[in-house]
Amino acid sequence: MSNSIQRTRNICVIVAVGIFLIILPHLIDDYFVHIATTIFFFGYLSMAWNILGGYAGQFSFGHAAFFGIGAFTSSLLQVHAGVNPWIGMLLAGIAGMLMGLFIGSLSFRFGLRGAYFALTMLAFAEMLRLIAVQVCTVRYPLGINIPIKGNSLLYFQFSSKVPYYYIMLFMMAGALYLTYIIERKKLGSYFKAIRENEDAAQSLGINLFNYKLLAMAISSFLTAMGGTFYAQYYLIIDEEAAFGVAGSIEILLGSIIGGAGTVLGPLLGAGVLECLSEFTRNVLGGYSGVHLMVYGAILIVVIVFLPSGILGGLKMAFGKLTKKGSRDLWVF
Amino acid sequence: MGILEVAGFSKHFGGLWAVKNFSFELTEGEILGIIGPNGAGKTTLFNLLTGFYRPDTGRAVYKGENITGLRPHELCKRGIVRTFQITQPFANLTVLENVEIGAYNRIPSSHQAKQEALRILGTLELSEMQNELASVLPIGHRKNLELARALATQPEVILLDEVVAGLNTKEVDDMLEQIKGVQKEGITIIMIEHVMKAVMSLSDRIIVIHYGEKIAEGVPEEISKDAKVIEAYLGEEYAFAARE
Repeated sequence: MSNSIQRTRNICVIVAVGIFLIILPHLIDDYFVHIATTIFFFGYLSMAWNILGGYAGQFSFGHAAFFGIGAFTSSLLQVHAGVNPWIGMLLAGIAGMLMGLFIGSLSFRFGLRGAYFALTMLAFAEMLRLIAVQVCTVRYPLGINIPIKGNSLLYFQFSSKVPYYYIMLFMMAGALYLTYIIERKKLGSYFKAIRENEDAAQSLGINLFNYKLLAMAISSFLTAMGGTFYAQYYLIIDEEAAFGVAGSIEILLGSIIGGAGTVLGPLLGAGVLECLSEFTRNVLGGYSGVHLMVYGAILIVVIVFLPSGILGGLKMAFGKLTKKGSRDLWVF
Repeated sequence: MGILEVAGFSKHFGGLWAVKNFSFELTEGEILGIIGPNGAGKTTLFNLLTGFYRPDTGRAVYKGENITGLRPHELCKRGIVRTFQITQPFANLTVLENVEIGAYNRIPSSHQAKQEALRILGTLELSEMQNELASVLPIGHRKNLELARALATQPEVILLDEVVAGLNTKEVDDMLEQIKGVQKEGITIIMIEHVMKAVMSLSDRIIVIHYGEKIAEGVPEEISKDAKVIEAYLGEEYAFAARE
């Protein structure tokens, strides 16, 4: 009884939020549409990271590897073979996933965990970046420019920011739904079991290697598709934007700040980070570099006082108040 | 013919033979106790049986199938599951989620896995704790949770690694009752135990291991009078005393 009431209420909330987000870009100007798109974009990437890093507990410090492969795959195919960017996006996802399976099978075969896995990921991202630097310096000194085809849904490029907003909203909602499904099903439970205790997990019948690879495949596929979106949004991509360490950090930061291993955490974290960074830039932009210092200081405060992220902190605070039933509240 | 037959298991670490030429047969439905002094090789033997270590020599046959060298998850799928001496809960998950993960071994649907987990929590008197995080459980309940999780995988053979170690008298009695209940469900049990009362009262048969080798095997009454066993535990002088 109470379950069905809760479900109805949840559906109402989702529909209301959905309608709001659909009409939102018509109520605000371009600058805010861009910010909203960026929030969804980093939320999406953080969700992709969250499946591997937050749920399966394999902390990746080099997701830029997949992001860059995605951006480069679709862009190069478009420039050299005239491949449609939508098809390019799918191929980018597959390319990213293959890279993920390659790195994953090497790392997980030999039982790399924790810091060692994080560093391996970082090393692969750096390797790819250096390769890209060599190639780009010679062949694309100005970055890879996507050929301009005008305002066209078919070619995934628009003169207005609003269509990008809708595409990213759709991708983000898809990733959110996927995370929600994983969270509720066997897959999510197995990922969490691996994160919590590998010995116990395998003694309960979980094939560690296969499930880690699966988490890796999902995560790298989604991340690489995000890379294609980035390239189409800016219509230019270079090695630093694609494979840079800053990208790896930004991808994981949303999850860490919002709450790793939760459904809504990455989006929340991405929102907080983006607003914070825009706010500090606007207020302190006159003093070069100061906004980054303030941004960094606020990040440190969040990490020190909310080690399990904003959602984790809320969960704990709420759990103390009500004791029971607190767990279900943030599940979706 | 036994449900599990082990022939000539050996495992060495450097120059030390932790388990040496160890053979035994497990009869379906029994409780087999494995005892031995500290460092005798009990836990190594357990790790060999559950796939955490690979034996250097020897083979294990389970229901006619050679299972030597299979990984823990493969053994679990075939119906052999273990608990850990030092409890290994999924600390940041609730008790219910912990048991659900076990249940997924045989039940793919999340709804049914949850029902099965709730049923098992009920039989082990953990229902009240179902929404607590596993990390906050006291040791008695943690041991129960280990058992619950293992049972949720619907095993045919369950290996219990010192399940009553660290429990108080009342908790020991409760745990012994629960183990008897597990046996009644038709599950074969191998238990390693330090607490003699637990082994002696529960086991149908006992194997004594010392310096990695089997030194005695038999029903509890025989074992408690066996000179070699007394020697292993108490030293030679006591063994002479026992003979007189």
